[in-house]
Amino acid sequence: MSKQDPALQEWQDNELARTLARFPERKEAFTCHGGRPVERLALPKEIDEAYQDKLGFPGRYPYTRGVQPTMYRGRLWTMRQYAGFSTAAASNERYRYLLDQGQTGLSVAFDLPTQIGYDSDDPMALGEVGKVGVAIDTLADMEILFDQIPLDKISTSMTINSPAMVLLAMYIVVAEKQGVKAEQIMGTIQNDLLKEYVARGTYIFPPRASLRLITNIFQWCSANAPRFNTISISGYHIREAGSTATQEVAFTLANGLTYVQTALDAGLDLDVFAPRLAFFFNASSNLLEEAAKFRAARRLWARLMKERFQAEKPSTMMLRFHTQTAGNTLTAQQVDNNIVRVTIQALAAVLGGTQSLHTNSRDEALSLPTEDSVRTALRTQQIIAHESGVADTVDPLAGSWYIEELTDAIEQEALDLINQVDEFGGVVACIENGFIAGQIEDAAYQYQQQIESGERVIVGVNEFQVDEDVEVPVMRLDPAVEDEQVRQLKQVKAERDQEAVRQCLADLENAARSDSANLMKPVLAAVRAYCSLGEICGVLRGVFGEYRGRAW
Amino acid sequence: MELYRILIGKPGLDGHDRGAKFIARALRDAGFEVIYTGIRRTPDEIAASAVQEDVAAVGLSSMSGAHARLFPAVLEALDKAGAKDIPVLGGGIIPAEDIPRLKKAGISSVFTPGTPVDTIINAFREACCQHHQQRC
Amino acid sequence: MQPAQLLEQLLERLHRGDSRSVARAISLVEDQTELGPAIMQGLDQQRLDTALTVGITGPPGAGKSTLTSALVHHLREQGLRVGIIAVDPSSSLTQGALLGDRIRMMDHALDRDVVVRSMATRGRLGGVCASAGAAMRIMAASGCRIILIETVGIGQSEMDIASLADITLLVLAPGFGDDIQAMKAGILEVVDLLVINKADMPGSRKLLLDLGRETANSDRVLETVASERQGTETLLERILAFETELRQEEEFKQRRQRSLNKETVDWSIELIRARLTDLVDNEFLTGLDQDPRAAAEQVLSDVLRNSLTFQR
Ligand SMILES: Nc1nc2c(ncn2[C@@H]2O[C@H](COP(=O)(O)OP(=O)(O)O)[C@@H](O)[C@H]2O)c(=O)[nH]1
Ligand SMILES: [Mg+2]
Repeated sequence: MSKQDPALQEWQDNELARTLARFPERKEAFTCHGGRPVERLALPKEIDEAYQDKLGFPGRYPYTRGVQPTMYRGRLWTMRQYAGFSTAAASNERYRYLLDQGQTGLSVAFDLPTQIGYDSDDPMALGEVGKVGVAIDTLADMEILFDQIPLDKISTSMTINSPAMVLLAMYIVVAEKQGVKAEQIMGTIQNDLLKEYVARGTYIFPPRASLRLITNIFQWCSANAPRFNTISISGYHIREAGSTATQEVAFTLANGLTYVQTALDAGLDLDVFAPRLAFFFNASSNLLEEAAKFRAARRLWARLMKERFQAEKPSTMMLRFHTQTAGNTLTAQQVDNNIVRVTIQALAAVLGGTQSLHTNSRDEALSLPTEDSVRTALRTQQIIAHESGVADTVDPLAGSWYIEELTDAIEQEALDLINQVDEFGGVVACIENGFIAGQIEDAAYQYQQQIESGERVIVGVNEFQVDEDVEVPVMRLDPAVEDEQVRQLKQVKAERDQEAVRQCLADLENAARSDSANLMKPVLAAVRAYCSLGEICGVLRGVFGEYRGRAW
Repeated sequence: MELYRILIGKPGLDGHDRGAKFIARALRDAGFEVIYTGIRRTPDEIAASAVQEDVAAVGLSSMSGAHARLFPAVLEALDKAGAKDIPVLGGGIIPAEDIPRLKKAGISSVFTPGTPVDTIINAFREACCQHHQQRC
Repeated sequence: MQPAQLLEQLLERLHRGDSRSVARAISLVEDQTELGPAIMQGLDQQRLDTALTVGITGPPGAGKSTLTSALVHHLREQGLRVGIIAVDPSSSLTQGALLGDRIRMMDHALDRDVVVRSMATRGRLGGVCASAGAAMRIMAASGCRIILIETVGIGQSEMDIASLADITLLVLAPGFGDDIQAMKAGILEVVDLLVINKADMPGSRKLLLDLGRETANSDRVLETVASERQGTETLLERILAFETELRQEEEFKQRRQRSLNKETVDWSIELIRARLTDLVDNEFLTGLDQDPRAAAEQVLSDVLRNSLTFQR
């Protein structure tokens, strides 16, 4: 019997024993209906070299079966749902309610002007203020947003990229004013600028300047805010833009490798910053392919880190990730069908070993979700966690011929694609010459053509339709929100120390012009002086220039 | 067959141009010459480009709800640029109740999620054909 | 309005620099409408003579559009009106085309004195040369002092288009190794100026050296960082100095003559194709036992002897 296998024994005595000692499992015993015990980790009859090489044990290189030895038997994934609110005050109210309910993590979505570095009174911002999230112009807004929220106790995840440094600086200063030191703050900024150029579109500066900002943040945080996750390397949006599952893995990991290389070039210590890298993937509807995708990504990342950067420390090689179900698969037709889609997608994420999960709401395709549908989305996760049984054994799909074949195939194809990107000069060159975007767009086009031709069935859309009025709900926002935000900004601008503002912006410009300066410091100073986001980004726009996307 | 030139523009700040690019490619495959302005263009920039490129129609896409303000703004900008005659078609996440208002403002066709691509292509072809007949 | 009146009005507005009329005139020529030839004949010859046309070619992603935009920036600082023609390939299957260069020119979108025109090759032999040549002249007549024409690729046909221009520029950048290998030899014989763009990227020196000692030492080679407008002002100075040189030496006229001849041939082929098709289909009819090559010889000699009616 394999249970006496020496390798297994060794794993049990080390990784497993250590984990069990620190984190006992959720239950004394996991059982099926009727009492049959559920095995922690099902294994092949014989643990041969091939098995160890490809799958190994959970919590051990190459991490195919998961990053923790007991996975969800120890602790369930984090169920993280976020939503955007238009003003700092409204968000603050909501956050405090959630915290009262026992939630410990907050998630902030910003409106588009904030994400692109425009103040609410900028002509470019007209009509967009407070629309898909909260508008932040100056430190004053951030003070309202986190009013009476203890920043040493909660962790905050901010979906912010190009101006991530500014928002992070504001967060740090708000904490400071609460008497909380930077080293105490916890949370994540998305800060993944590379994917913005090929997928999400909220870029400001050219790629090289963006990489500098990112590295400055890595550097400053590893010295001053070590508990803060400085990046969330996101495949989610690449997939939403229409990539295949393989491309999602390949381009996301390629971006990750670029960040690692850039940080190393800047003299950072691999084992200090790499464990702070978090990933963010998409879970789409092809259940088995998606589950295999997550396993393949985990194994490939570990191998790349080991082979390319000689990583040895486990936490340096582990790919930990957040997952969100695929927004692009939700349909406006027969919206209740979306609940079923989300269930399948969430199941894929759990079978693939995600660390946290956001399930979309049934009506999210077209508007901000209603409270009811947000609850159902959360319940979906809870049903998977507590009723489906898939969380009671580690990596339940392992050993299926189909799953292992798929895992191998995705890993290999993704590696080939990563190598191709390298051949074409690396990620930045492939952003500029359009290779990455072109690959994604070709895939998106083919996929959509298959839907148009009926070759690919989308239930309720090109088959099994019913006569219904497809309701696109109205997302009209009270124009008063924008007016009020602009009024507040004007007031802040009128009341601040103008000389300090001028000085801070001048210092920032000088620092930006010198390649060796870390911009965190001047940005922190500017934020403290109530320089606005638009002013700060404006200075940087002046120095770095603005990136223009390419057409195809 | 006549070759039609059209311009696809994305006013507003949202960066989701998967839809716009799909339509652009589908139109290319249907034989159109398609000029794409990229994301985050102002109405004035879109109008000026449409004039310089002498397109037979303009297509607009918006996913962030900014259509209500921005589509009519493009019409105004075209008017100001002396190109009121160029038909403008629009698509995106557009609530039913906004459609009559957009049409009244002068948007010649409005497409919502789920509109078959052939319908969109035909609408462009018709709009272009009419426009070409008017020109000398 | 009568066609004659229309034509007059169009020409009058075009010469005043009216965007709409410039654009419409180009379309009417490109689409081979009846007004086309009359428009071309009505253009102010003096403006055509003083304008300079610059062809910019190179592999995709090398930075041609960015460079073009930078040149436009400098030209505008000097108060000069500029025209840009950006050529992209048409799909040979569907005739359609995606024209994406405009994105890089958006900085100048609201500047009335920057005339941008995207153009598809329309899958015709030489045809685009004809249309692009016409567009260049229309822009010149509208007051553009300099017209930049961007084409993608470094193959023969792109070179052909670029060589319509008075001065040609080849843009290369590190990271496009294979394309460049193919044309290493004699690169400077084909173009007037060689621009190594993205000089901020690793590998740009190596690229220069790869291209050969002769190239590296030539004063016809420049390095730029187009995205930061580094070296682009110098490039413009060099272009203008080159123009002066050419104009002093009659060479300018010779170049114009060559490209006009070439355009004439292009237009002839363009015009003749439709009529030949008609002729062969309806009158000549290749015999089932006839070899097409031999038949073609016969058609051609008949046509040239003008013994067959040549009608539209
Ligand atoms: N690093 C760097 N990037 C550049 C430079 N010039 C252009 N680029 C970038 O290269 C990409 C391709 O430029 P584009 O002008 O569209 O190239 P084209 O296809 O040759 O017209 C864009 O992302 C530009 O921002 C440069 O000098 N240095
Ligand atoms: Mg270009």
